[in-house]
Amino acid sequence: MATSDIGLWGVPLAILGGAIRVSTPFIFVSLGETITERSGRINLGLEGILVFGAMTAYAVAVMTASPWLGLAAAAAAGSCFGLFHGWICKFPKVNDIAIGIALMLFGTGFAFFLGKSFIQPLAPHLPAIPFGFWSEIPQVRAALDVNVLFLIGAALAVVLWWAFRNTRIGLIIRVVGDSADAARAMGVNPDRVRLYSTAAGSALAAIGGGYLSLYYPGSWNESISSGQGLMAVALVIFARWNPLGCFAAALLFGGAGALGPALQSVGVTHGYYLFYAAPYVLTLAIMIATSSPGRALAGAPGELSITK
Amino acid sequence: MSEAASETTFEAMGDRHGGNLRAWIARRAEGIVIPLAALLAGMAAFSVFLLVIDKSPLQLFDLMWRGGFSSWFSIQNTLSRTAPLLLAGLCVALPARLGLVVIGGEGAIALGGVATAAVGEAIAGSGLPGPLGIAAMAIAGMAVGGLWIGGIGALRHYRAVNETISSLLMAYIAIAIMNHLVEGPLRDPASLNKPSTQPLEAAYRIGSIPGTDVHWGLGVGVIACILCWILIEKTSWGFAARIAGGNMRAAQIQGLPVGRLIVGFCAVAGACAGLVGMLEVAAVHGAANASLAAGYGYTGILVAFLARQNPLAVIPVAILLGGIDASGGLIQRRMHLPDATVLVLQGMIFISILFSDTFYGRFRIFNPELWSEKERT
Repeated sequence: MATSDIGLWGVPLAILGGAIRVSTPFIFVSLGETITERSGRINLGLEGILVFGAMTAYAVAVMTASPWLGLAAAAAAGSCFGLFHGWICKFPKVNDIAIGIALMLFGTGFAFFLGKSFIQPLAPHLPAIPFGFWSEIPQVRAALDVNVLFLIGAALAVVLWWAFRNTRIGLIIRVVGDSADAARAMGVNPDRVRLYSTAAGSALAAIGGGYLSLYYPGSWNESISSGQGLMAVALVIFARWNPLGCFAAALLFGGAGALGPALQSVGVTHGYYLFYAAPYVLTLAIMIATSSPGRALAGAPGELSITK
Repeated sequence: MSEAASETTFEAMGDRHGGNLRAWIARRAEGIVIPLAALLAGMAAFSVFLLVIDKSPLQLFDLMWRGGFSSWFSIQNTLSRTAPLLLAGLCVALPARLGLVVIGGEGAIALGGVATAAVGEAIAGSGLPGPLGIAAMAIAGMAVGGLWIGGIGALRHYRAVNETISSLLMAYIAIAIMNHLVEGPLRDPASLNKPSTQPLEAAYRIGSIPGTDVHWGLGVGVIACILCWILIEKTSWGFAARIAGGNMRAAQIQGLPVGRLIVGFCAVAGACAGLVGMLEVAAVHGAANASLAAGYGYTGILVAFLARQNPLAVIPVAILLGGIDASGGLIQRRMHLPDATVLVLQGMIFISILFSDTFYGRFRIFNPELWSEKERT
């Protein structure tokens, strides 16, 4: 017991560990939304897709006893939602933001509908790598148990950052996002690129949901998401549509999200709910600080309706 | 097919330019026929879904009718659920007329309810007459809700913060503040399992409309819809707001006070949402607790879009959705479906309604300006 009592040092340590644990869904959802927004569409439905992904991953993991199959199923389900969003938004006068809101409500409701019978059974968890093996202190070990998906997310951020600059697909997505007319002149069909970009983004968001139900908090219930899908959309704006920025911002948000549980673990219970609101307050503060009337946001895709 | 049909109809009538009355009817009909068709299409999609999972759509719609509309009992149940939907729908519809998609009414509802309970606690035992106390609580709820959503409008105009995202974030923040207050400073020590504020004194509770089980909130909601319709359609502010909603830049160049319009309309919208919270506390629960965040704010989004952001159309739409909501329990029990069934149906209707936007201006029958096109070509 003597070694486990590290007093207030537990707070920054728990925030670090929490940042790694809580940030993973943010990384996936924000990278997904970056792909979608870079192509000139905004998908606000990621919140619903995240919840649906969490349910699908959990249900399939229960049935097949494999968390990886669960994640694959979640990605497939997510891309179906994305394809639907991409298809319906290509019609004239259909508003992508409003469709996103509808998908948010529909995805959540549909996940509750199908997931009712999976609230009880236990699913196998995703594996974590114990980077804290060198330490005797349980808090350090807990903080450095890093899930594989976090590492995949970090790698994905670098790959996407590189791909947007250096690959043909990355260039096509950026052209479509900046000017649909220029893309058409190049012989690229903007609607098709946006369709696939939305599908890819939604698949990543659903994987983020799978992380929620298969690792942390690690169970499926109707309050699995606390708005991560939505905060990720704000986070993408903050990160200026840059995948590396998304990764950094996700860590920051993860740390803010871990503040409440960390303080609670050292016995601070007063104002418990207010600490839980920290990520939302932080998101809002960042949005206020980085938005500005009269000029477009630096780095914003030209076709994006949200920044016009 | 519809185009060919409409051409023959008009030729048969022998009127090439379209009479004024007929043009007027056609223009009005578009805004009614297309949403109705979309509503039916959403229900049809849901029926297909039910068939896939081996349930009977006919049974569902029969239960929906019986649970929501067929008897005096079920109508009262429906109307009780209509009241919050009317006001929550207005919270989305008013900013939408200015082109703003504010979807965080849930937060203003929660805070309006907490403000009501706080005022109720402050005036408890003061001997203030009932109607005055209720008025004070209503003003508090509306003021807090108005400030909350008005603030979102101000952020939108003065800092260019996207209102859709900020309103949802603020809804999460508002619910956290509500939980903090209800479980902390405002908690009634006697509420053990479900933390609540002090129950309101009997004098400050809002009763039912005589002869019914429906509380007065229904009347308040209907009046609010009518007032908002007058505000938008019959006043110069509403006219200015509609211009700004059509083209913000043009409105600014015209010298319209766009900032004040945005903040003002958002504040009125927030006051409506705050009133939902006030009514939930004063007429339904008797105290503020976590039940305030029951999702009315989110159903309100669907109400407003189905009503095409028209405050008068909010009334029938809220009754319809209230009825669907009221029949939810019956559907759960009889058909062994989860409670999220209603959410799935609402989601399908919502998507169908948004998709229908693409059909406006496409049908010749509804658009008098297309009627004479045949002569020119």
